[in-house]
Amino acid sequence: MLNFILLIIIYIGIYAIAGIGLNLIVGYTGLLSLCQAAFIAIGAYTTAIFMTALHFGFFEAMLLSGLVAAIFGILIGIPTLRLKGDYLAIATLGFGEIVKNIIVNWDSVTKGPMGINGIPGPQAFGITFSAIDKVPWAVLIWAILALCYYFVRRIVRSRIGRALEAIREDEIAASAMGINTAKYKIGAFTTGAFMAGIAGSLFAAYNQSVAPLTFDFMMSIMILCMAVLGGLGNNFATVVGVIIIVIASEIPRLVGISHIIPPQINQVIFGLILVLMMIYRPQGIIGRVKLNYAKIIKEEILHLER
Amino acid sequence: MNLFNLPHTELLQHLINGLTLGAIYSLIALGYTMVYGILKFINFAHGEILMLGAYAGYFLYYFLCEGSQTGGFAIIAFVISLIVAMLISSFLGVIIERIAYRPLRKAPRLAPLLSAIGVSIILMNLAALFFGTKSRKFDYPFDNTALQLGNISVTPNQIMILIVGIILMASLKLFIDKTRLGKAMRATSQNQAVASLMGINVNFIISLTFAIGSALAAVAGIFMSMEFKLYPTMGQMAGLKAFIAAVVGGIGNISGAMLGGILLGLLETFGVVIIGIPQGLKDTIAFSVLIIILLFRPSGLLMKNIREKV
Repeated sequence: MLNFILLIIIYIGIYAIAGIGLNLIVGYTGLLSLCQAAFIAIGAYTTAIFMTALHFGFFEAMLLSGLVAAIFGILIGIPTLRLKGDYLAIATLGFGEIVKNIIVNWDSVTKGPMGINGIPGPQAFGITFSAIDKVPWAVLIWAILALCYYFVRRIVRSRIGRALEAIREDEIAASAMGINTAKYKIGAFTTGAFMAGIAGSLFAAYNQSVAPLTFDFMMSIMILCMAVLGGLGNNFATVVGVIIIVIASEIPRLVGISHIIPPQINQVIFGLILVLMMIYRPQGIIGRVKLNYAKIIKEEILHLER
Repeated sequence: MNLFNLPHTELLQHLINGLTLGAIYSLIALGYTMVYGILKFINFAHGEILMLGAYAGYFLYYFLCEGSQTGGFAIIAFVISLIVAMLISSFLGVIIERIAYRPLRKAPRLAPLLSAIGVSIILMNLAALFFGTKSRKFDYPFDNTALQLGNISVTPNQIMILIVGIILMASLKLFIDKTRLGKAMRATSQNQAVASLMGINVNFIISLTFAIGSALAAVAGIFMSMEFKLYPTMGQMAGLKAFIAAVVGGIGNISGAMLGGILLGLLETFGVVIIGIPQGLKDTIAFSVLIIILLFRPSGLLMKNIREKV
């Protein structure tokens, strides 16, 4: 039972890291990205390959995973800069499929559809992380989540965050106000991808294995659902969304009825969440924090006077 | 292998295969492009309408002639199934628009898009739940032994796909260009408010658009399940590629969707045989085409480049 709760806590942590990253892209900047799973896959495979084939330590591999995912974030970000909402969604979806196809077909590096097994548990702070003892994992993952949360919170409460929100509300108006929309859009994409890469790295190291089919389109949709359910454009709400969806999808296993519930039911529920939330409560169950513009302007003036 | 070493007959053979695939893409792409032309959003659930239409046709056909038959009766049963599947799909398309898109017509752009993705996932998984995930094959109602034309072999199924595809596309083009309803549709896509001031029932036109697009999708779905396979997620990849075809031609442009579909079908076929792209990476071709088109000609081959103004 305790193990089960720890498992849920660990998964909440991993998905929350990826979810906050996605929220920065979709919620704050208004770019619909459907390839968060691809960035997670890139992170997971980077960790898997560097830890098994090249014997890197976990923390180096994790940072590297984030960076590789971020580089791919830039790569997909640049051509998609010209794209508005719907086109971007399709292009990112396509990117996700391409990543999955390449992973499945690039046997010599990724071991194809079988995936990579036997990723060693990290060793740090005098503790060996293993599959048996989940407590260190939970602490580590939530510590990283806290870092990411704080980092994104700093971003979105700064000039950068306001620029992102301006782009979301009206890109033309934003660029007329002198915001370099290309820079901020790529920035948001890259940061979101970096966090997905970190999440993927943790995912691979915790499970000690990766398989390409884990990171399919449905995983991107699930993370999107988490952000939508909590409330787009609000990090706290995204974490709440993650908690609700992870717990809800693990409850059948806890009660012991998972074998009679077909896996499709979960996904039908994700679909229903998207449709119903959009129609009845597009701001999510928690909603979005309204910016206090009077306060911001006062701060900016103080800043200028200094 | 390179293009110039290929014998002409082989080239013609791939041309026909590519055209068949392209005709299917075109039929699907029309649905995307029509909806985009009027509502300015991607109907993500279009692929699932295609899949459900194909299942409807499949079950009706086997109900009517209990499979394995060929000959006159099977062909009549096939035609009936095709028409009923078109009707069922149209109905489904209209209902989806009513429930999931109409309440969001004035919402921010992201909302109908997310709602459409939701609908698509619901339908795909419900189909997997009720029909199972195994793939099925739609049997040919006619003898499908390949005809030899010189050195090229063409199956009757390919001929049927090409002929029906051309007839449907030509009649759609005529409908939109020559009839009053078609004119109303064009007016609605230009400016909904003004169209409704001219006495056009905009809601009816939007429903009609969904109905026509979905009916074409059902035909494409049945063709796909004859030429390839029938399974719950078949609409996903087909839908994506057809959408890419619509973008290539210039989204919102009827002729563009037809051209884009044919081009994409040819590119995929020749990409595998000539450039030697491995089968496993075949799907990457379409997405690379999308990215290239969006970079160099974002409004598509047949549309003028228009810069967005306030």
